[in-house]
Amino acid sequence: MDKDYIHIILADDDEDDRLLFTDAFDELKINTKVNTFNDGVELMDYLNTPDAVLPNVLFLDLNMPKKNGIECLYEIKSDDKFKDIAIAIFSTSSSEEHIEETFVQGANIYIKKPSDFTTLKKVLAEVVTINWQYHTSGLNKDNFLLRL
Amino acid sequence: MKLFIKFDFNTVCRKVLEEKLIQHNIKHKILGFGEVDILEKPDTDVFKAFAEELKGYGIDIIENQKSVLVQKIKDTIIEMIHSPELVNVKSSVYLADKLSHSYGYLSNLFSDVTYTSIENYIILQKIEYAKQLIVSTDLSLTEIAFQLNYSSVAHLSTQFKNATGITPSAFQRIINKRREIANKK
Repeated sequence: MDKDYIHIILADDDEDDRLLFTDAFDELKINTKVNTFNDGVELMDYLNTPDAVLPNVLFLDLNMPKKNGIECLYEIKSDDKFKDIAIAIFSTSSSEEHIEETFVQGANIYIKKPSDFTTLKKVLAEVVTINWQYHTSGLNKDNFLLRL
Repeated sequence: MKLFIKFDFNTVCRKVLEEKLIQHNIKHKILGFGEVDILEKPDTDVFKAFAEELKGYGIDIIENQKSVLVQKIKDTIIEMIHSPELVNVKSSVYLADKLSHSYGYLSNLFSDVTYTSIENYIILQKIEYAKQLIVSTDLSLTEIAFQLNYSSVAHLSTQFKNATGITPSAFQRIINKRREIANKK
C-alpha cells in the first residue's frame, strides 16, 4: 500500500455535507485522496467491484436512503477482504447505548456530526492523524476505537 | 477453543528478517535496532525479491535518513514504555542521549514526518499498551496504571478517555462483546 497519502471514502446523501467534507480535507497537511458516494447502495456497489481501490478510512453517514450506515457497516464487517478499512460513523445521536453498540458492531470511530466547519475540520484532522499513526506504526487495528 | 496470543514484535521481525536474508544468500550482520549491515552487495533482482518478500510481512526497507531517524525515535519510545527500568526516565533526555541529537531537532523532525508530536506519540503508544494489557491479560486497571508509571488509576483513565473518547471500562466491554459475537459465528 502506498504510504504517502491516505485514501478516504465518504458516503453521505447530503450534498452540502459532501462538499464541506472534501473542502476540509483539502486544507489538511496530510495528503489525502477523497472519493464520495451519495448513498449506501452506490458505496457497496463500488467496494464490491473487483478492481476497487479500498480506502484506509471510510466515513459513513448513519442516515442515508436505500441503504443506511449501519447496514453498510454489517456488510463490510462480514467480508474479510474489507478487514483493513478503518470505519468512521457520522451520527447525530449521542446516546451512550447506541454509540457502544456501533463500536461492538465493528466501527472504529464514532463522530458526532459537528455543526460548524471549523469543528468539522478539527475532528477530521484528528481522525486522519491518528489513523496515520495506526497505518505507519503497525498498531493493532482491532483495538482502534475513537469517539469524537 | 480459544487461544490468547501475546507477540514479541521484535523477535518476530528479527526472525523473519534473518530467515529471508539466509534464504536469499545475502551476507549480512544484524546490528539490532532495525539496522542490518549488508556485507556484499547482492544482485539487483535478488535484492528486489528480498525486499518484496519482506513487504509481505509488513517489513519495509527505509531508504531515507530522516525516516530512519524517525523510526529510531519510535523504537526508543516503545522500548521506554515497555521496559520497567525506563518508565521513570525523562523521555526528552533519554531520546537525545540515545540518538545523539538535541531534543529540539528530534522533536521538529518527528512532527514534520509523522504529523504528530513526540509527546502525543508517547501518549498514543502508552494508551495502546494499556489497551493491549486490558485485552490480553487479567491485570486490573490499578496494576496497569502502576506498570505504565501513572500516578493513579484516575490519571490513566483520564488520559485514556482524552485520547480515545471512551473510558477504559467501556473499551473492555466493547472488546468483550465483540469476542462474544465472533465466538457465536
